[in-house]
Formats: sequence, C-alpha cells, structure tokens
Amino acid sequence: MSIRLRALGAAVSVLAFAACSPSTTEPPPPAGEVPAPLSAEGDFGATLQAALIAAKPGETILLPEGVFQLTDGLSLDVDGVTLRGAGQEKTILDFTGQEGAGEGLLVTSDDVLLMDFGVRNTKGDGIKSKGADQIIYRYLTVEWTGGPDEANGAYGVYPVESKNVLVENVTVRAASDAGIYVGQSDNIIVRNSVVEYNVAGIEIENSMNADVYGNIARNNTGGILVFDLPDLPVSGGNSTRIFDNEIIENNTRNFAPAGNIVASVPSGTGVIVMANRNVHVFDNNFDNNRSAHVLIMSYSEPFTDETYNPLPRDLVLRDNDYGAGGDDPQGDLAPLAAALGGQLPAIVWDGVDRWGEGEPQAMNIAVEEASEVGFISFGLGRYPIDPAAMAPSPERPVAVAAAEPAAVVLPHGDR
Amino acid sequence: MKWQGFLAALFLLAGCSAGGKGARGPDLDVILAAGPAPVLSDYGLFSDVAGAVPAQGVLPYELINPLFTDHAAKHRLVFVPKGASASFNAEDVFSFPVGTVLVKTFAFAPDMRVPDEGAYRVETRLLIHKTEGWAAYPYVWNEDQTEAVYRPAGKRIDIETVSPAAETLQLRYAVPNQNQCKTCHQAGDAIEPIGPKARHLAHEGQLTRWVEAGILDGLPEGVAGEPYAFDVSQPLDARARAWLDINCAHCHKADGSASNSGLWLPATEQTGARIGLLKHPVAAGRGSGGLKQVIVPGDPDASILLYRMASTEPGVAMPELGRSVSDPESLALIREWIGAMETP
Repeated sequence: MSIRLRALGAAVSVLAFAACSPSTTEPPPPAGEVPAPLSAEGDFGATLQAALIAAKPGETILLPEGVFQLTDGLSLDVDGVTLRGAGQEKTILDFTGQEGAGEGLLVTSDDVLLMDFGVRNTKGDGIKSKGADQIIYRYLTVEWTGGPDEANGAYGVYPVESKNVLVENVTVRAASDAGIYVGQSDNIIVRNSVVEYNVAGIEIENSMNADVYGNIARNNTGGILVFDLPDLPVSGGNSTRIFDNEIIENNTRNFAPAGNIVASVPSGTGVIVMANRNVHVFDNNFDNNRSAHVLIMSYSEPFTDETYNPLPRDLVLRDNDYGAGGDDPQGDLAPLAAALGGQLPAIVWDGVDRWGEGEPQAMNIAVEEASEVGFISFGLGRYPIDPAAMAPSPERPVAVAAAEPAAVVLPHGDR
Repeated sequence: MKWQGFLAALFLLAGCSAGGKGARGPDLDVILAAGPAPVLSDYGLFSDVAGAVPAQGVLPYELINPLFTDHAAKHRLVFVPKGASASFNAEDVFSFPVGTVLVKTFAFAPDMRVPDEGAYRVETRLLIHKTEGWAAYPYVWNEDQTEAVYRPAGKRIDIETVSPAAETLQLRYAVPNQNQCKTCHQAGDAIEPIGPKARHLAHEGQLTRWVEAGILDGLPEGVAGEPYAFDVSQPLDARARAWLDINCAHCHKADGSASNSGLWLPATEQTGARIGLLKHPVAAGRGSGGLKQVIVPGDPDASILLYRMASTEPGVAMPELGRSVSDPESLALIREWIGAMETP
C-alpha cells in the first residue's frame, strides 16, 4: 500500500516537476494597473533609491530594460511594495563598481515582491532581506559573472530572520557561500530555481518549516544543505523537506573563504544535513556527485551554547534515485574514504552520536532506500575525531521514520 | 578669506533677523509635519544657518566617544520642546518627548589637525521624534555653505584632507541615504537615537547642564560615563568596550540590523561568545579574510574583528556604512585589547 502510494506520489511529482521546470516557464505579465518604468536617464542609482524611499505601500516600481551601473547599495523599507524589472536577463543592476554597503539590495519591510530583474557582481551579498515577512523573490538572477572566485559575495539571495519566505524561479551563480540562503526564518518555500557554480547551492540554516523542491542544484561544491549552528539568536532548526530536486554534478572546487562553515563542505556532495532535526529527503535525483550524494553529519566545532544539539536527528531518506558518484571523495572525506578503499557509497554518515562527555543519543536516522543503495557510517562516535576510533559499518541505523511535516503553506504565495 | 566668511555671515544674520525663519526659533509645525522640510533653515533650529548659530533653546552637546566617520568633525545639537523633557534611563536611550530634534552636522577642514581652520560643512542629519516615532532626514550643504538641502538618496562627495595622524586622504565620503540612516538607528521595528545614553553623555557636567536647560528629567546622583577610548590612564578593557559600543553596537545588538550575526557588542554585553571570543562567523563571506574566529584572545592578527575594521573594501569593511578609510588610532586600540587577552 505504502509503496503504491509512494510510486503514485513520485509520478505526480514528476509531472509537477515537468510543469514547473525553471527552464520552460515564463513569468506572467504584470497584473492590474502598470506604472511607467523609472527613467533610465541620468544617475539611475539615485533615481531608483529615491523611488524606493518615496514608495507608498501597495505601489509597484517598474525598472526599465537595460544594464545599470550602480555604485552604492540600494535599500527598501516600505511595506507592500513590488519592485519589478523587464525580465531577469533584461533589467540588470550591475554592482561591479560598488563603493559601499554590504549587499546590492537590502529589504527590511514586509510583504515585498521582487521580480524580473538581475543583480550582478555585488561586493557583498546580492539581495538580502532581514526581518522582512511575506517576501517573494521571483524570476530573479543573481550572479558573479567571473565564475567561482573567493572574492565573490557570500550569498546570492539571502532572507534572514523572516517569516513566510518564497523563493521561486530564481537563478544564482557563483556565490562564494550559498546561492540561495535562508537563515533564522520560519515557513519557507524554495522551488523551481537553478543554483549553479556556488559553494552551496541552497542552504536552509537555523530555520523551521521549509519545503525545497523542483530545483536544479548542479555544479556547486555542495548541492543542498540543511544546517543548524550554535550561538545564534535563532537555533534549533527543524522540519525541512527536500524533494523532487535534480542534484547533480556538484563537483566545483570549494572556493569559500576559510572561516565560513561552508568552507569545510567537501566538493562533490549532493545533500548535507548537519545537526538539525526532522529533515526529509525524498524523490530527488542524485547523479555524479563525486564525494557522496548524501552526507549526514554533526557540528564539529567547540560551542558554548547550552541549548544547542550538534547532532542530526529524525532524518528520513526515501525514494531517491542515486546515479554514479562517490568515486573521488574530496576534502575531509578523502582520508576517511582512503581507509575504505577510496570510494564512498551514496549515503554517508559520520557516525557521531554524542558530544563532550555525554552518552550516545537516539538519533533516529531512517534510511528507507532500495536495498542496493549503499550506506556507510564512519562510526566516529564523538568529536573531536579520533581516526583510530573510526569503526566503519554498512549497516543502516535502526530507526522508525519520523512523521513527515505537512506541506508549507504561505499566506502570500499567489500574490 | 576668513573675513569674507565673517562678513557673509553677518550679512546673512542681518537678513535673517529682518524677518527670516531663523529668528523665530524652532518651528514645531515644520518639525512635526508628516514629511521632511525641503531645506534645513525651514526648521528654525538655527538663528543663523550659514553661521551655524543655534537658535535659542537648541543646546550643543558632545559624546564621550563619537563614531568614527572618516575623521569628520561632528557638531551636535539637541532641541526639546518647551515644557517637555526627556526622562533619564540608566542603560538605554533617554526617553525623549515628541518634538525632540537631534541635529548632527558633519564638517571637514583641509587639515583635520586644525579642524577649525577653513572648516566647511558637508551634511546635517536630523533625527526627529514625530508623533508616530523617530524619523531620520539627511541634508546636504550647498557650496556657498548658506543652506542644506534634503537629499534622501544619499551622495558620494570627494574630499581631500589631512588626518590627525598627518596622512593625506582622498575620501569618497558617503552621505547615507535615508534608509541607511535607519539601518544604523534600528531598534526592532522602530528607529531610535544612538548617542544620547547616559554612558555616552556623562562627562564634564554635561547631564547636569541638560537638567538645568530643562532637557532632562530624573538624573540620579553620581552617573558615570564610559572612559574616553584613547585616554590611556583608563583601563584598557573598558576603553575598548566603549569604542566597540559606539562604533559597532548600533547594529551588533539583539534588536539591531546585525542581530542575526549573534555578535553583540554593547558595553553591557557580558557573554564571551556574544562579544566574539572564539566565535565562528555565520555569514561573513569573504569578510572572514580566511580567518576562523571573530576574536582569538592574544592574537589580533587571527581575529576577524580587526581584519574587518582595517579593511576599506565593501563587503569586508565594518561598519558597512559611514567610513571609506580606516582609523589607525582605533585599530591600535583594538589590537592592543585583543593582544592583551589571555590565550585560552
């Protein structure tokens, strides 16, 4: 029964994927009364920033077609505003000559829709929204045109400390941290987007209730990451579903500057779940990720946050397709793999189940994949790692699959 | 040259007193209007705008430690409507009545070792306590120095000067846009002043003068301010924390625009990881400079905090707004502070 239902689910999701494929859909034309675009004459940065400041709630600011050189960061702090260009490849805000600010565009107001424009070569992050509830990022392209480079900005699309976040049909290339990064937020959908040549394609961090589906994560260092980190205002990340994604060939070298958590991501990983709780990974297609398709791991640095749990718990892996991969493990996985003959199976767990002086924890990692899907635990036990303590095992952990979180519903998704 | 300015000022003063707005003093209708006035003189905060002479009831004040802004000289004024006063708060910003205006004028001179010689004003920022909360408005001075004009979109201005440490500087000085004002002045959903807290103001009898002028109410006995950050007779830790407080904590606090970093730098913060001790960055990107922790006790060169203070690259430099050059004196202070910490 359950197998048949799952097969049906997979069939439906294949259809959904075809319907939502990012490469074939076009944004709908603007609805309702459409204002005249801003003038492209004169100092466009000043014109746009003045319009963003003077905007009234409910207003649409239309950007003209063209490539605009901006020298300072832009910001929006008015609720209910739509900022819309002529198309994600037609209206380009180019920050190559940026002289100040930590990002290209900063949104700090609620109920904002950003769509149909591109942001290029920001010195810091591309588009950031902070404390901005009900935000939509739709048909946007954020990229660093020189390709992977340590000097690129950290995040392409960066909502943080927000409720109700929708990212859809967005393309991000060459972010030196994560292409799409959602942090310290609640109720999130990231769908039908393309992330490529970033260190992390999509990252959900210290967040609750996220659905990540219909995306293509290819040619990143790591495809899709679900992390929880200590010592932050919001932690205890939980309840993320990752499904119907294409997670392929994430073999780009790790070009994150040292010190950032993603700098330790081994090149060639598909999905990484680190710490966090109740994460469901299903119906995805993994192929040609050279280190491992799925990496399950604990947070390994010292921390002082007493509320923090560094272990991944209540994880479910099921019904994913796993192609070739694991044939050339990189980074921290390389020496561990070497001890096992140089290759890794599809699913890799560090086998850490306790920290400090603590006792082993029941982590409930449910690997419900076809029997031929390979699995290994390094059996490392606890951090700091003692290589001599490595006790590799291909046995899947004993677990009872955690109940799947309900689909994320956004109050503003149809806007 | 100076005489010309003086004569011009006299002339303008005469013009004002013959019926200009300035002579009437602060205009509460303009101050409390829904939007900003087009020019600075409209507010009546100066009896002589060109000469920067404050109107009656508008009081100059100084912070013990000002935020570093490309070596600009800052001239602060406070106006509280007659009959109302701010109430004292030991830790937070004083609670100012509606109608309060905080005025901050940024000025440069060709040589900042003698900041009064040939000084010229660049911008004046107003923080106004409107009925519905604080509003921030930037005004940019005209070339003749006779008026400042509302400029919400901000501006870059090329400035040549010599720093107090005798460096020749070519500044790309940034007048912030109105939203950037809010970025630094954010407190949760609201915006509020940064400077007028007891610990930044309590020196040389200043708060007593505020009470005498009717601006402040409820001042307890014996309120002490933070030490001046560069007064080497004071304890190093307190000086460094005072510097971080005024230069960083407006964003790096629980309800500030950098709250999500978990790096909180008010002088009142006591938790080691919060002030950056051995803390890993979250979203630093290339701002990490390849370093692993915000503060590595005893090792300033391994500390991201110092790296970002020293940088002038957007995306790396901290604070993100308000400076285009770094300050050697501040860098030396924080270097000494981290260097003196006990190695873990």
